[in-house]
Amino acid sequence: MIEIKNLHATVDGKEILKGINLTIRPGEVHAIMGPNGSGKSTLSYVLAGREGYEITKGSVVYFGQDLLAMEPEERAAAGVFLAFQYPVEIPGVANTTFLKSALNAIRKQRGEQELDAMQFLKLVREKTKSLNMTDEMLKRAVNVGFSGGEKKRNETLQMAVLQPRFAILDETDSGLDIDALKIVAEGVNALRSPERAMLVITHYQRLLDYIVPDYVHVLAHGKIQRSGGKELALELEKNGYAEFGVNEAA
Amino acid sequence: MATTTTSRPATPRGFDPATARPFLEQFDRLKADLPGGSLSWVRDLREQGRARFAELGFPTVKNESWRYTNLRALDKLAFQPAVAAETGVSFDVLPTVRAAGTTGPRLVFVDGRFRAELSSTAGLPAGVELLNLADALAHKPELVGEHLGRLATPDDLSLVALNTAFLADGPVLHVPRGVEVAEPVELVFVSVGSDEHPTSFHPRTLIIAEDNSRVVIVEHHVGLGTGATLSNGVGEVFVGAHASVHHYKVQREHTNAFHLSHTAAKVGGHGVYDNFILTTGAKLSRNEVRSTFDGEHGDTHVSGAYMVRGDQHVDTSTFIDHAVPCCTSREVYKGVIDDTARAVFQGKILVRPGAQKTDGYQQNRALLLSETAEIDAKPELEIYADDVKCSHGATAGELDDQQLFYLRARGIDKETARGLLIGAFLAEALDEIPEEGVREAFQAYVSAWQNAR
Repeated sequence: MIEIKNLHATVDGKEILKGINLTIRPGEVHAIMGPNGSGKSTLSYVLAGREGYEITKGSVVYFGQDLLAMEPEERAAAGVFLAFQYPVEIPGVANTTFLKSALNAIRKQRGEQELDAMQFLKLVREKTKSLNMTDEMLKRAVNVGFSGGEKKRNETLQMAVLQPRFAILDETDSGLDIDALKIVAEGVNALRSPERAMLVITHYQRLLDYIVPDYVHVLAHGKIQRSGGKELALELEKNGYAEFGVNEAA
Repeated sequence: MATTTTSRPATPRGFDPATARPFLEQFDRLKADLPGGSLSWVRDLREQGRARFAELGFPTVKNESWRYTNLRALDKLAFQPAVAAETGVSFDVLPTVRAAGTTGPRLVFVDGRFRAELSSTAGLPAGVELLNLADALAHKPELVGEHLGRLATPDDLSLVALNTAFLADGPVLHVPRGVEVAEPVELVFVSVGSDEHPTSFHPRTLIIAEDNSRVVIVEHHVGLGTGATLSNGVGEVFVGAHASVHHYKVQREHTNAFHLSHTAAKVGGHGVYDNFILTTGAKLSRNEVRSTFDGEHGDTHVSGAYMVRGDQHVDTSTFIDHAVPCCTSREVYKGVIDDTARAVFQGKILVRPGAQKTDGYQQNRALLLSETAEIDAKPELEIYADDVKCSHGATAGELDDQQLFYLRARGIDKETARGLLIGAFLAEALDEIPEEGVREAFQAYVSAWQNAR
């Protein structure tokens, strides 16, 4: 599905990613764990296409296409989805308007029929119910006045509506209490399927109790230092990142 | 009746009297034929206007209030006064905020002159007068004599003086005490001009809402011709005690138009004056709104949205005079400026001595869509009372990169994402319009402007 090869990226002339290699196949859930400043968020932004990152070396091939040459909206239409660590507030744009514009933009780029207001509403109602979201949250401006938990549920709702093929979850657990975390994790798990792959980025092992990965990679100093199964997460929880030359007074 | 004063105010600096000459010559040629010429007070008022404009001419950029808006182009264009001529304006091209298929009270002016066959007074309650100024001067001079030239006086400003010299036609609305007008009153101003020469006209609006009355007015200013036009309008709005006047204006003239407008309002005790101006048109436009409180517990909302591109210039200059205690004023302006367009916002709030418990709020926010777009903002608070609450804010910025990326990461293309964010930015200003039908119609004008890109 996606093949990241020797990926180097700099921000303002400073190298953050120093040769990432990662291959993800359909149906797999990979977790990337790493301390602060290891390059986790940079990797997710680079994959989603945010401006301000310079790719100095390497390649990302997604379903045979050069992902790095695509605009962010083209990546979204091709099924790439980034669940933001800090979902952005957009005053003046209603959540439903946003969701409908996004879904129809993606359907249009894929050559599919756009949904009318009724079809859309039916679809969204179904998805909101399972995420414990109210109609009122749909009417509000995008993420404006949302609590941390509501914002993350809103990200999960978008994912459920847009049905991506490759979802990147950037620190989805940050700012969530255990109940909110469970709801979000359930929403994410409901989307696991043999056709869909996920890249779960997190600092702590806690999230991986709920979204259980097939593979765990340790990212430090801009490189994947070690890869393994889900048991690697538990090991990290116990020993910290010291083994990778990182000293965190956690 | 207005009186002629012998002692004139001194000529302020920042005017160019030489620019008055062509207009004075035209006035002297035309004045015998102007409406209401048989009334001495009308003749006197015009002569006052002529004299003051002769003294001043157009303001220059050396004038503090005109620092950012240069009228030099007017002098070069050699405007000819509009003559009442048949034009191709027909019913179906007239803008409206009404639902399709419905009719309501409406006055239509083409190049400043009334067009009876396009106008209607249908749907007005008994006692409400809605007619054009020329007719009022001919048949009901008592309706206007007490009010015309009382709020916007020729002594004030040179453009008001010019309008007063040429005053000939425009809408007159009188709502008697206690009457509420349910239907919005639409005032449609169409600029057509001429292909042969630049054309000028000076519409004059008079709105009188007596105590405890209520009315919603929607002014449309549109252009249908291709020649240069100058609309130099003046409006006077009398808001009685406990009365409320909702006065909304949309200016969508052609980019060959110069649109100058001065509105002066006086708000009685517990009265409400609610003004909103949406500007997308004209090469150069300036809206001056002055509102004075005449009784306690008055409430004034003066807000608007402006969107300009190309080499358009839009100027909004407001003046809120808290002359008495316990009044509230609120201003919310939002502007979107693209290409090499330029916007000016000057907002002055004056709290006079003794005007305690004044609550004044002013905000101007501009969104700059290009490197070469420009906004000049000059908020001014002048406060001579100690127990007041006054605040103002002016910001200018670009579209938010994070918001843009968030939308694009969800599949929305860059142009659509920008459109959504610009629309959202302007929606906050439109929210200042409490009348739902008007707000929706204005929203449609905003969308049309966005789609015209």
